[in-house]
Amino acid sequence: MIRRFVPAALLAALTCASSVSMFAQSGGELRFCLRADPKTFDPLQVEDDNSEAVRYITGGVLLRVNRKTQELTPELAQSWTVDQQGWRITFHLRRGISFSDGTPFTADDVAYTMTRLMDPNLHSATADPFRSSNVPPRIAATSADTVSITFDAPVSGLERLFDQVAILSRNSPKKLAAVLGPFYVADYKPGVEVLLERNPHYWKTDSTGKRLPYLDRIHLQIQQNRDMELVRFRRGELDLIRSLDAEAFEDLSHQMPASVVDAGASLESEFMWFNQVASAPLPAYKKAWFASQDFRRAVSEAIHREDLCKVVYKGHAVPAAGPVSPANRFWMNASLAPHPFDLASAQRRLQQAGFTRRGDALYDREGHPVEFSVMTNAGNKARERMAAMIQQDLQALGIRLNVVTLDFPSLIERMTQSFQYEACLLGLSNLDLDPSAQMNVWLSSAADHQWNPNQKAPATAWEAEIDRLMQAQAAELRPTQRKRLFDQVQQIVWEQEPFIYLVTKNSLMAFSPQLRNLAPAAIQPQAYWNIDQMQRSTLVARSR
Amino acid sequence: MSNRTIAATVLALVLLASLAVSFIPGASYSRQDREFAGAAPSARFPLGADDLGRDRLTRLLYATRISLLLAAAAAAVTIAVAFLAGSIAGYFGGWCDRAIVRALDLILSLPWLFLLLAARALLPLNVSPLYSLLLTYALLAALGWAAPARVVRAGARGFRDSEFVLQARAEGCSEWRVLWRHVLPNLKPVLLAQFWTTIPVFILAEANLGFLGLSAGEPLPTWGTLLRELQSPLFLRPEAFAPAAAIAVSLLCFKLICSNSSTPLGGSQI
Repeated sequence: MIRRFVPAALLAALTCASSVSMFAQSGGELRFCLRADPKTFDPLQVEDDNSEAVRYITGGVLLRVNRKTQELTPELAQSWTVDQQGWRITFHLRRGISFSDGTPFTADDVAYTMTRLMDPNLHSATADPFRSSNVPPRIAATSADTVSITFDAPVSGLERLFDQVAILSRNSPKKLAAVLGPFYVADYKPGVEVLLERNPHYWKTDSTGKRLPYLDRIHLQIQQNRDMELVRFRRGELDLIRSLDAEAFEDLSHQMPASVVDAGASLESEFMWFNQVASAPLPAYKKAWFASQDFRRAVSEAIHREDLCKVVYKGHAVPAAGPVSPANRFWMNASLAPHPFDLASAQRRLQQAGFTRRGDALYDREGHPVEFSVMTNAGNKARERMAAMIQQDLQALGIRLNVVTLDFPSLIERMTQSFQYEACLLGLSNLDLDPSAQMNVWLSSAADHQWNPNQKAPATAWEAEIDRLMQAQAAELRPTQRKRLFDQVQQIVWEQEPFIYLVTKNSLMAFSPQLRNLAPAAIQPQAYWNIDQMQRSTLVARSR
Repeated sequence: MSNRTIAATVLALVLLASLAVSFIPGASYSRQDREFAGAAPSARFPLGADDLGRDRLTRLLYATRISLLLAAAAAAVTIAVAFLAGSIAGYFGGWCDRAIVRALDLILSLPWLFLLLAARALLPLNVSPLYSLLLTYALLAALGWAAPARVVRAGARGFRDSEFVLQARAEGCSEWRVLWRHVLPNLKPVLLAQFWTTIPVFILAEANLGFLGLSAGEPLPTWGTLLRELQSPLFLRPEAFAPAAAIAVSLLCFKLICSNSSTPLGGSQI
């Protein structure tokens, strides 16, 4: 009894004599999870989310998009100029910068990186947006700190593309391991973790002249199971969760309210579409429904998007108006509002299109009952719930919707190969703010033009118009003019609804209360885009 | 009162309750009261409401009816097929026996779950929830007859040279008549034992498929589809375990019924 009492009394005395404060300080570690192993550590060959996380933290870039302001900021290049035709970009580099192994950084390194990036044999996805023509760009280091890149045709949004290009060293014996970002890869244990150490030669300093980053190392732990990630965060074994679903967010917000952050609308949207592929093995009358603008609009107006946000996403989503999220401040067409829930209007549209209601069911002109299936990927609870809610919403119109969940490979096979499906509910995450990054979706000839991909010629007049506008904006260099053209694309998509946009998810994340200088944003990497400035505070006992 | 009687009584009561839900005014397994999504148990929702605001108790009762009745129906079909295959193999013997035994070996060596997943993915998409459920049980019945057929074959083989069969043959009965009129009645206890053991096997198989989202389509509830609430164990409330409890109780009842059945040849135990 006495033994138990003594430590308790000591603790009480200490608590009375001192107060506990949190102090931000340099050093310390940060731990968070990757969902899988990075597929590559070559920054020019990144295609997956996990490799992208490593590239972002370790790579030094010429220009960086500030995730908070969405403005372009100079990094390794202290200034840059683009000629009037948009064919040439010239960078003036900062001096006195070294790679993580001490090798000096020069214009030669930029030239080497760009030459390697544009090498067709590398098959780099990062290079694709730079390819405005079949002719490779001419890259010239005109002095130790000036480099110019000349393209054979204008590249729209050229400067922003350099946000993805991590500069490599031409001369470093360590090759890919020498980096210009705030951390470098020190160790990698497959299936366990990627260890990143502080780059002692990182060029940035804080306002007091102290060299960044503040943190000493980062443990990127490979953890596929999101429930386990949450459990470990609760135990204090992790410092941040990059992305939470609404259910986990709500659960955590009750237990650790100071740890969760809803950064507002993200660039991720959920939508459904009807199969309009001419060769799809569907009855002709169903193809006619799906091709009807009135039918698509009626379905859209019968969906209660507010309920989807409230019930499925617990209020951490907003009804979607179109392909551009409100998070994308510059490119979103602000004049477009999400289609409101309007059953009367939906019924009018169906009548106009020749559909009639008899009893509980809706029939088309030829007397076929309106019934179709929507497929989504099994295991995605949010999508399954949305499909079930849409099923009930459409019942009010007399439409019978059959919800089918399929494993992802089967779903992709039906979506891209056999086209044996009627409607599909999926989501899309835009990584890039620029509309040119969406060319693969909007051009009728594109493979990701999901409702009717790989068309030899546009099947409809409005798709032809979208093709024209997308190509025009890609060839245009003036941002306001490009915006005007892309606004028109959004307007057509809003009117025609080839994709019925449902919700835009919010960007949800969690941080340890010990982290400082946090600036959560809607754009990836939302939680740690300013990782070089993040600090860790420690509990310090201070005498009164 | 024996354990068997208690188990049968419990099962009967559960089934009765599940049938009675149709007579409760306003009880709907599909109606979404979205204002009450995820609501805790209350007078209105005795087991709470699910994520879409649907009454858990109503859904559980409908699921109980569907899972018990369809598992029994599928088991009846599978036992009929098992009788045909097993008795022909066992009674006639020869090349017929060898061919059927090889087929049984082949079917038993197939990975059930993956086969069901693949078969389910190949089926047409635009099917109503009820049809998708019937397809699921039809698949179970089509794949589940091999194990009972082996047991039936062993039984039929035992009767092949028995005295009453020899006597029937001597009196001029055809082989098929002997099989139908003399062997089948004697195989009844085996068939019954296999029937009672196959039902829980099918209940569990459907629960697996439903948990993976490959059983009935929304909004039709089955025990398997209701189990999906348990997929995120971190956010669970006790009432979400009700379908799991229902499955456990029913399996226990079936086990008690089977283990106390005194059949001449016994039956495989679950």
